[in-house]
Amino acid sequence: MRLLTNKIFLALSVLSALIGLAFLGWILITLFIKGLSSFHFSLFLDDLIEGGLRNLIIGQFILAGIASLIGIPLGMAAGIYLQEYGRGRYASLIRDLSDIMMSAPSIVIGAFVYAVVVIPTGGTSGFAGAIALAIMMLPVVINTTDNMLSLVPRELREAGISLGASKYRVIIDIIIKAAKVGIMTGILLAFARIIGETAPLLFTSETSNYFSLDLSESFPSLTVSIYDLANEPEESSRDLAWAASFILTALVLVINLVGRFITRNKH
Amino acid sequence: MEKIFQKLSLSSASLVFIILIGIFFTLFNASKPAIDEYGFDFITNPDWNKEVALDSSLSTASDEIEDDMIMDEDEVMFDEDDMEMKTIFGGLVPIVGTLLTTLIALVFALPIAMGIAVFLAEIAPKNISHIVGIAIELLAAIPSIIFGMWGLYYFAPIVADIVGGYQVSLLTAGLVLGVMILPFMAAITRDSMNTTPSVLKESAYALGATKFEVIKDIIFPYSKVGIIGSIILALGRALGETMAVAFLIGSIFVLPSAINDPTISIPVAMANNFGEASGLGESALFYLALILFVISFGVISIAKFYFLKKVK
Repeated sequence: MRLLTNKIFLALSVLSALIGLAFLGWILITLFIKGLSSFHFSLFLDDLIEGGLRNLIIGQFILAGIASLIGIPLGMAAGIYLQEYGRGRYASLIRDLSDIMMSAPSIVIGAFVYAVVVIPTGGTSGFAGAIALAIMMLPVVINTTDNMLSLVPRELREAGISLGASKYRVIIDIIIKAAKVGIMTGILLAFARIIGETAPLLFTSETSNYFSLDLSESFPSLTVSIYDLANEPEESSRDLAWAASFILTALVLVINLVGRFITRNKH
Repeated sequence: MEKIFQKLSLSSASLVFIILIGIFFTLFNASKPAIDEYGFDFITNPDWNKEVALDSSLSTASDEIEDDMIMDEDEVMFDEDDMEMKTIFGGLVPIVGTLLTTLIALVFALPIAMGIAVFLAEIAPKNISHIVGIAIELLAAIPSIIFGMWGLYYFAPIVADIVGGYQVSLLTAGLVLGVMILPFMAAITRDSMNTTPSVLKESAYALGATKFEVIKDIIFPYSKVGIIGSIILALGRALGETMAVAFLIGSIFVLPSAINDPTISIPVAMANNFGEASGLGESALFYLALILFVISFGVISIAKFYFLKKVK
């Protein structure tokens, strides 16, 4: 009886793993079949208005790129504070709040940026979208930097200080270098996360059918356009949405795998 | 230089604090008109964007608000009898929709996630556990909008065939949401289980315990607190999820009378109506955002600071 219970339990556990894998397989196969059947290389050359995705892909990269330019330095600086300077209550409060912020609903961050950027500036803009994504990214970068710096051995810090280097030199030249790989991986994963975000962009950057580099106007976004296209009645729009989803997912998964690969090679 | 560097890093860290406080006060400020107008009745009122005759006894009391609203023609209408009409907004439907989809997701994902976590932590050989672990984490990395599209066009029709009813409903939205939180829940539950010292496990095996008994009597009790924390954290995620639910919930402001009825959730109400709303309608959406923010802030804090802190 005991052995039978054990067998049933183990079988159920294996079954759960198979269910999980089946969902992953189902989604990926769907994307592959639907996405590939409407995939052309001309999608990379034409803008949405001409039936392509060029402006959307470039736009999404620009939004995520600017968000990174804002989020990475701020996040790293904050992570450095938590690990190297901060002591006591304040640092642990910030650490806790950053943890909470990481799980805050992305649509709420969109609403926040809508209230503080979109309404005062009179309309949706690429800049508002990038700010929303930067807020999404910030706590992830803080968390990674904080964790990775905590792995750097004390002796390295002491060695640097005893050589007469000032603290910030030690941090920049020794500690960050030692934790570089881990931090880069974390940043890569954070980038993969924000490039696939839709909700914070819906009413901040919106999207645009045209190619644009003007961040003060509504800005082309791949994810927001997928949402719009998928809800259109025409078959052709939905096919385009599938092709776009395929490209987006491939991109996100490749970045994730690269991130994992870097860490594995180094450790 | 040293001073500047230290100041910069301190202010970056403080930014987290400022943003969170900023979110709370901005949302509160933007929902102020709706809070003044409806108070806490907002939470129990099922009517959204419904025109009602303005009660004459109330009209004197709310003169001021009326004046604001006359500016906006959508908000106040006069019918032929010159009776004053106003549009009211209540949040009950999206609040209920949010809680129910999250509940369905949890009920669906919980047993499977536990099974996966046990598989990864205890059953699978190391290399298989590693590969399956990566696959599960990849599932977590797929953008939520993809879950929504796949759910609407491939998953929901099958569910509707089996259960009957609409393809867009509480049930299908909840199930797709469940698939989405599954990997997240499994991964952190596995991490909690992995904290069990192997000495404990080995002693139990040495006494002749089966794998099931070790998991049930050693690992679960040991990592119980962490597992509960993981579940609550996944719940916090599910509450605020927008895109996966937006495709599937049906987006109508009607209380569901059955599990396979369409309805709406807070994030979806925001996603679909924010651009077009103005005046009290917009303020009511901010009110919903505030409610969502407070609920998820609470849920995540409980998970992180009550349960998961103990693990560390």
